[in-house]
Amino acid sequence: MNSILKVEGLTKHFPGNKHSLFGKRDVVQAVDGISFEVAKGEAIGLVGESGCGKSTTGRLTTRLLEPTAGTIQFDGNDITHLSNAQMRPIRADLQIIFQDPYASLNPRHTVGTIVASPFRIGGVEPEGGTKKRVQELLEIVGLNPEHYNRYPHEFSGGQRQRIGIARALALRPKLIVADEPVSALDVSIQAQVINLLKDLQKQFDIAFIFIAHDLAVVRHFAQRVAVMYLGNIVEIADRDTLYSNPKHPYTKALLSAVPEVDPDAVGSRERIRLTGDVPNPINPPSGCRFRTRCWKAQDICASSAPALLQIGTSQVACHFPE
Amino acid sequence: MSKFLEVNNLSISFPTEDGVVKAVDNMSFSLEKGKTLGIVGESGSGKSVTSLAILGLHKGSTAEVSGEILIDGQDINAMAENDVRLLRGKVMSMIFQDALAALHPYYTVGNQIAEAYLVHNKVSKSEAKKRAIEMLDRVGIPEPQKRVDDYPHQFSGGMRQRAMIAMALSCNPSLLIADEPTTALDVTVQAQIIDLLRDLQKEFNTAIILITHDLGVVSETADDILLMYAGKAIEYGTVRDVLQKPQHPYGWGLLTSIPRLTGDPEKSLAAIPGTPPSLISVPSGCAFHPRCSYVKQVGTACSSSIPDLLPVSAGAHHLVRCHLDTAAREEIFRSQVAPKL
Repeated sequence: MNSILKVEGLTKHFPGNKHSLFGKRDVVQAVDGISFEVAKGEAIGLVGESGCGKSTTGRLTTRLLEPTAGTIQFDGNDITHLSNAQMRPIRADLQIIFQDPYASLNPRHTVGTIVASPFRIGGVEPEGGTKKRVQELLEIVGLNPEHYNRYPHEFSGGQRQRIGIARALALRPKLIVADEPVSALDVSIQAQVINLLKDLQKQFDIAFIFIAHDLAVVRHFAQRVAVMYLGNIVEIADRDTLYSNPKHPYTKALLSAVPEVDPDAVGSRERIRLTGDVPNPINPPSGCRFRTRCWKAQDICASSAPALLQIGTSQVACHFPE
Repeated sequence: MSKFLEVNNLSISFPTEDGVVKAVDNMSFSLEKGKTLGIVGESGSGKSVTSLAILGLHKGSTAEVSGEILIDGQDINAMAENDVRLLRGKVMSMIFQDALAALHPYYTVGNQIAEAYLVHNKVSKSEAKKRAIEMLDRVGIPEPQKRVDDYPHQFSGGMRQRAMIAMALSCNPSLLIADEPTTALDVTVQAQIIDLLRDLQKEFNTAIILITHDLGVVSETADDILLMYAGKAIEYGTVRDVLQKPQHPYGWGLLTSIPRLTGDPEKSLAAIPGTPPSLISVPSGCAFHPRCSYVKQVGTACSSSIPDLLPVSAGAHHLVRCHLDTAAREEIFRSQVAPKL
């Protein structure tokens, strides 16, 4: 595979609370030894429930967080432990779009300044001048170029997200990490932004890591999907295989929990109801982390953690795959 | 038979510095015991404001509420604040979206569940606590005797939502308003909570108003749907009517724009252009007309006069607020909308 990003054994442990003066600090195992690749121009989806480590993975791969272990290769270079200064030229190719369009734009800067910031920080002078390029970018994302001098508060949530997208596009990146880019938006606006991102991905041949908890949204965006549970990747497969033939029990349960819009289809689908909540990542279950909620769990699931193995066209980490 | 809950011509407006915000405009709906009404709309469409009015929670605020809210024949809107308080918790109660914000961090979960029970029943504290344990057990909290003394931060998100449901149901209310009860939850936990609400409804014959923006959630739980846009009801009918044969262009837009687990994922989603209007300057005529693709077929009426909420066909219970005539709507639905569903 001609990959733009290759992640191996990526791990992030956050320090947790200390319970006594000389006691050991808790360790939050947010991401624990995950490996995946993203091909050039490919859109990969990262799904899972809150606390599964999908956002942490996004922040690690963009090096907004320092990994505890593992390696990150971007475009052939090892960027795992580069300093901020060393990362700066690479950031032109590696951008991120954030979830909350209200928190990710500086309220005191005009839209022009916000979208031009990558040029300023990267020391790049675009052809035809910064202003012209910024207006082009605003047009590409479907905003009025005349609104160059407005402030973020004058825009709606969907428009703000477009501003964030224009900023991410400014330096023509090779990979964009989109962390829940539509979950803060109203339903009628979500479709607009999904369509926009999809068009941009095709038009500029940008690889995407699309992080979302909504399986239906990911299905409309990503060609390949990785499912995470409690810091591990439990299944990676191409979209059609994953949605039509899920192999990991968790993927199956996740799919069956999505509420069905068509009233006639309600009840016609197989329903799997997981009991309980996702365990605490400070003290994850031994062996397979999903075993405490899994209906197939056996003794072996508690004693050994299943590796991510190839089964057909899917990669699955389960002792008893479907 | 008269309905348990009847809302007639409810209008709610808020005076603000920028002008009067008409949050809800002339809404009417009704609900029987044991049934669920889903109120669906985007942020700012007036769904939460409506539910607060039913609980009488606008009393004492600057909001101007007009119209009738009849619960078992009593008009909540005409009652004094203190009289409504006697009904709150006992006859009607509410579940909020964000359980962490709705629960008091300084009181134990058990304390908060017992509170309403103590207020409305002449019981001792220990009896109220027993009731709290019973309710926690009913909503599926493991080891309720132990967990009753926990504080909200010791509960997970799904458990907090369960605790709030226990609190709302502690006095067996006849009406439960659930405002986005599962929005903050993960899908697997959302499915558990939906099942729980459905079971409890069967057991207690509660009338439920479910406020949500998620068409999947209403489809799985509601009997009727009221679709709101910019403070007005624009479509009202059974779940099957509204989700399978929607009649309003906004309903068409919503149903074709949401990504689903079936259908061709490569086709781009049929997004509704534009953004929902600000309630300070609602567009003239039909509030949806600036975003509607079918204005040309009607002409100037869309921008000049507000359509009435009328039956789709004579005598039908499926109501729609649109200037398109029935034949035109059916033709558009058949040729342009149905193939995309």
